Parts: sequence; C-alpha cells; structure tokens
Amino acid sequence: MSGYSADTRIRWTEWLPWVAAGLFFFLMPEYLSLGARILIFILFALSLDLILGYAGIVTLGHSAFFGLGAYTAGILSARLGVNDAFLQLAAAAGMSALLGMLTGAVILRTRALTLLMLTLAITAILLEIANKWSTMTGGADGLSGVQVSPLLGLFKFDLFGRTAFLYCLIVLFAAWWVVRRIIYSPYGAMLTGIRDNAARMHAIGAPVYWRLVMIYTVSATMAGVAGALLTQVNQFVGLNVLGLEPSGDILVMLILGGVGRLYGAFVGPVVYIVVQDTLAKQYPEYWYFGIGVLLIFVVLFARGGILGIFDKLRDKWLSHSRPKSSARASAR
Amino acid sequence: MNMFRLAASAALALAATAVSAQQTVKIGFITSYSGLNGNLGPYMERAVRLYLKQHEKDLGGVKVELLTRDDTGPNPDKARQLAQELVVRDKVNLLAGVIFTPNAMAMAPIATEAKVPFVIMNAGTAVITTRSPYMVRTSFTLWQSSYPLGQWASKKYKTAYSLVSDFGPGHDSEEGFSKAFEEGGGKMLGKVRVPLQNPDWAAYMQRVKDAKPDVLMVFIPAGKTATAVMKNFSDLGLGQAGIKLIGPGDVTTDEELPNMGDVALGVLTVHHYSAGATRPQNKAFVAAWKKEYGQNETPNFVAVGAYDGAAIIVDAIKALKGNMDPDKTMEFFKTWKNPNSPRGPISIDPETRDIVQNEYLREVKRVGGQLANVELETVATALKDPWKEFQKKK
Repeated sequence: MSGYSADTRIRWTEWLPWVAAGLFFFLMPEYLSLGARILIFILFALSLDLILGYAGIVTLGHSAFFGLGAYTAGILSARLGVNDAFLQLAAAAGMSALLGMLTGAVILRTRALTLLMLTLAITAILLEIANKWSTMTGGADGLSGVQVSPLLGLFKFDLFGRTAFLYCLIVLFAAWWVVRRIIYSPYGAMLTGIRDNAARMHAIGAPVYWRLVMIYTVSATMAGVAGALLTQVNQFVGLNVLGLEPSGDILVMLILGGVGRLYGAFVGPVVYIVVQDTLAKQYPEYWYFGIGVLLIFVVLFARGGILGIFDKLRDKWLSHSRPKSSARASAR
Repeated sequence: MNMFRLAASAALALAATAVSAQQTVKIGFITSYSGLNGNLGPYMERAVRLYLKQHEKDLGGVKVELLTRDDTGPNPDKARQLAQELVVRDKVNLLAGVIFTPNAMAMAPIATEAKVPFVIMNAGTAVITTRSPYMVRTSFTLWQSSYPLGQWASKKYKTAYSLVSDFGPGHDSEEGFSKAFEEGGGKMLGKVRVPLQNPDWAAYMQRVKDAKPDVLMVFIPAGKTATAVMKNFSDLGLGQAGIKLIGPGDVTTDEELPNMGDVALGVLTVHHYSAGATRPQNKAFVAAWKKEYGQNETPNFVAVGAYDGAAIIVDAIKALKGNMDPDKTMEFFKTWKNPNSPRGPISIDPETRDIVQNEYLREVKRVGGQLANVELETVATALKDPWKEFQKKK
C-alpha cells in the first residue's frame, strides 16, 4: 500500500473519490454544505493520518492546529478586516506550522503515553486561551462577523454551499497530491521505518527526531488549513474547534476508515458524518450510541478499518481464483 | 364572453381557496434537548405545541409544521449548520427557538442572507437583535431585568458583588446591574465571571464570602446550574455570613424551585415572569399547562417566551393568510402587541424588534406547601431594553 518500493503511478481506483465528489456536486445540490463539511474533515483526517498512520505519532491534541487555523482565519477577518480567502488560508497555515514546529520540537523527544498527554495538554491550553481572551476570540459566545470576500472577485460564498464545496474540493485535491508525493518518496519510506522500528532507523543513521518534527509541522499546517476552511465555510468560529472532543472525533473518523492507508482518511469522515447526520435527525439524543456500536464492530472485526474489510475480501477472492498467491497472502 | 370571464374568475377563485386550504407554514425550530441545560428545550417545545393546539382552529385551514432540531447546548457551530439545512433543504418559512445566545448569534447571518424571519424565544443578550433585520425577540433581555434590579438594590444595600457566567448574557447582566447600582450610590466590591460549563462553584463562593458584600448578584443560565449555585451558596454558609442573594429570575427559575429546597426561601429577584403570578391570564396558562402535561409540571420563563413566540407567529399567519412573505411578516412582527400575555401586557418595539414588557420584583415564598416566586411589586412598566436606549443616547 505504501512505502518506497510501491508503484508510484496513480491507479485508476485513486480517481474514484474525485469522480464521486464531482457526481455529488451535480446530483445532490441540497447537501453541498454537508459535503463541504465532509471535505474539510477529510483534509483534517488526512493530516492526522500523516503523523499517526505513517510516522506512528499517537496524538490526542491534533485539534490544537485545527483550532488555531480556525481562529487565525476568523480573527483576521472579524478583528483585522482581512477578508481575502487565500490570505486567511496562508496565515492559518503559517501560524499552525509555527505552532507545530515549536511544540513538535519539544514533545517529540518523548514517546507513547507521555507524548499523548503532552499533545492533550497543548490543545487544552489553547482552549483555555480562546475561552479567556474574549476581546480577540469572542470567548464562549464564539467569534461572529467573519466574512470572506468572493473568490478571485467572482465567486461568492452562497447559502447553498456551491462555492464552498468546490473551494474545499480544490484545496483538498492539492493537499492530497502533496501527501501522496510525501508518502511515496524516500522520506515517506523513512517515516514508515521510524513507525515500525525507530531503534533500527537510528542504527542505520536516520535523523529520527528531525524527521518527526518535520512531518509533525507539515501535518500541523494541513490541519490549520482545514480549520481555516471550516471558519470560511461557517463564517463563524466557536470554542468547539479546540480541546479533546474534536481531537477524539477526528481520531475516531480515521480509525473508522483505516489508519495509515491514505484513503482511510477519505472513507472515515464520509461514513461518520453521514451516519451522524442521519441518526441525529431521528434520535437527537442517542446518535452517539450508533457511532459507538459502529466503532466497536470495526475495531473487533475489521482491524484495518472499513478499507481493511475490502482488503480482506480482495485477498480472499484472489487466493480463491489464483491458488498460487495464497501463500503470499497468508504470509502477510 | 362575459359568461366565460365569470367562469374563469370563479375557477381562479376556487383554485386560490384550494391552494390556501392546503397551505403549510414550516417552522424550523432549534433548541437544546441535550448538553448543558438540555432540560430547557422541552419547555420551549411544549409551550409552542400548547399554543398551537389552543389556536389551531383560528388559522383558517393553514397548517403549521414544526421541524424540531437539537443544537446540543451552547454549540453555535451546530446551530448554524442546522439553520442552514432547515433553510436550504427543508425550505422553512420561519426560524424559531434557541436557548443560548451564542447559537442565536451564529444563526443571524443565515436569517439575513436567506431572508427568513427568526423568532428568538429565549436567548437574552441585548445585542442579538441588532445582528439581523430578520430577527424578533419575544423573550427578554438581561438588561431588562438586571438594570431595574440594580436600581432597586442601590436603595437597600451599600455594597454588592456580582457573579455571572462568562458569556454574552452574563456580561450584560453584570454591566446592567453594576451600572444601575453605582448610579444609585452603591459600591461594587468585585465582579467575577465563571466558566459557562462545569465551574467549580465552591472556590468562587468562598471568594465572595471573604469580600463580605451586603448582596451577591448572580446570573447563570437557569436550569440545573441554578440549583448548583443555591446548594453551594448554602453549603458555604454565605447566608449565615449575612450575605443576601439576589439576581435576575434565572437563579430561582420556577421549574427548579422544588429541587432547591428551603435555601431558596427569601431570595429576591427581578424578572418578567413567575409561574406563581396571580393575574388571570397566567392562571389560565398554568392551568392549561398542567392539564396538558400533568399536575406536577410547571411552566417557567422559557415556556412563556416560547408561548408568546408561538402567539406572534400564529397572529402573523392569520394576518397574512398563510402567505409568509418575509418582509411583510417582519412588518407585522414590528407592530405586534399582546395585552393578554401570561406575564402581563407585552409589545414589540418597532425600532429594535425587541420585546417591551413589565419587570416584577419577586420573592421566593411558600405558597400552599410549595415554593413559588411571588410577585411583590412592578419595578418597571413597559420597559424597553435599557442597553439599546443607552446606545441611542451615545
């Protein structure tokens, strides 16, 4: 699936998500704002997959960057009057990259549980700052009055979410391309090496710490961009972009789809948000129960997430039709 | 030819009545069924359903469809998303509901952009209605209760301490109270803002106790939080230390009184509604509520805000015959009056689209074995939102 040795050409199946997104745009015009939301969370999940799935950095604080990006874009517009969408994105990316680099440099010296607690602490601190610094962030009332001028002076963010959807789609496509380049590069191979056996990577002379800080920064930048997109689409920022809850949610989405396989980050948010949207309408108070059951089943019966199920089915089918390859399949 | 015209116009008229007979007005109703104060959402929905049930027959065949959604407490992001979906997918004619200020603020741009009139049935920060020309409020503002409270308190007490939840309505309450209290010659010993969700009350109460003010003014967003405040106030012995508890009516919200117990006795508050009020309109309202939902159920200020919110909507439907053109609806809302609300005479201020109402000083007393907010006097009559009045003078 990944690594230096894999064939780097884009397979035909990899175009499927983009075709689906295009069809969605034309066939379900009433659901475009939900669609834009899904695209944003795919981007967020993709950023998490880079560090969790490929570099093996376990984090419960990824919302720190998402939230920082969201607030950066929001404060730029609501407090400083900067309404250009791309400037907001760039600023959010810059701020998140900075935070990613600074915190990454400190916390990536630790491993496992210590690391987990530190990531949690960082997002908790940011949450408290956002709550207390209400002249800037609006506190618990949230930051309203965010505006985004029409893209390129032509495309206004409309109530139906057409512009928002296409805009998010383009940003996601660019991010996907970058992520793909990274994971199929020697650098990507080095990351999976660190994930699987950090000691051995040290032994062969890889600068493990710096590689991790670097990928952490890249991932933080992407999460910040996702946060900024959410602000621009919602024209509002609330405290719920920070803290444990969004970090946990995105982790659940990624695990649901499949960790460390690029397209798990695509499948997870789609399933999670669609299920949530449907259940929340029928049972406003119990929708989390449904998500919980889904997650238990995935963890118990499909270790590789939803995409893992497809892998298993494919292997089964291949071994059935070509008995020779069964040895290879079982050797995995 | 003449005959043909006659027939044609008759057919048209028939068609027109047929259309109006099947007309449906869709209301997108967003409130809190879960999360912080999730118990308040059902009060809002019950009040609206009660009013609709009572006045269904006056609607001239126009059907009202209520699409309810849960915003999960103070969650502006969610509220905005729900409002957008209700407008785009379900094509609602009106938006209504909302317990929490942040949620109402986040929904404002949707109301403006989609031109959907939005009836706010609770959220009480003064500034809300200025955020969209399509908003109207049938509940209250915190300034309306806190400002007269400060005026009244400044005549009786010398020093005060304020303790409020750290969000829009809390800030309003603190500012309104301290402005009036200081204008009246009182002295604020301190102002403290506590987190909206899960604050550690004991620490804050201790701080108040050490400052030894004559009165403690508390605003919290009603519900279970009110009971938590009461319990901590009594547990830490602030009452024994000679500190009097006052506030806008949220702190002695009617439905929580049975859970609070005797500690609530003697607490003085200023508010626009008490379930214990003795005017006949209120007695009828409370009786109808008990008949519909059970003898142990009591309406509260959230219920009355929603009840009058349903009234303004029903009256608009009647006046416009179900043709809910947004601008005409807003014009109707702006001049709406109701002399017979359970809380006394109310009207909408055409300039600000905000509620104009009386404010009453109440004391928690035991009435027929149960605690109730008993209205002692009317401290303000036909009061407009003081904050907006001060803004005008600036």
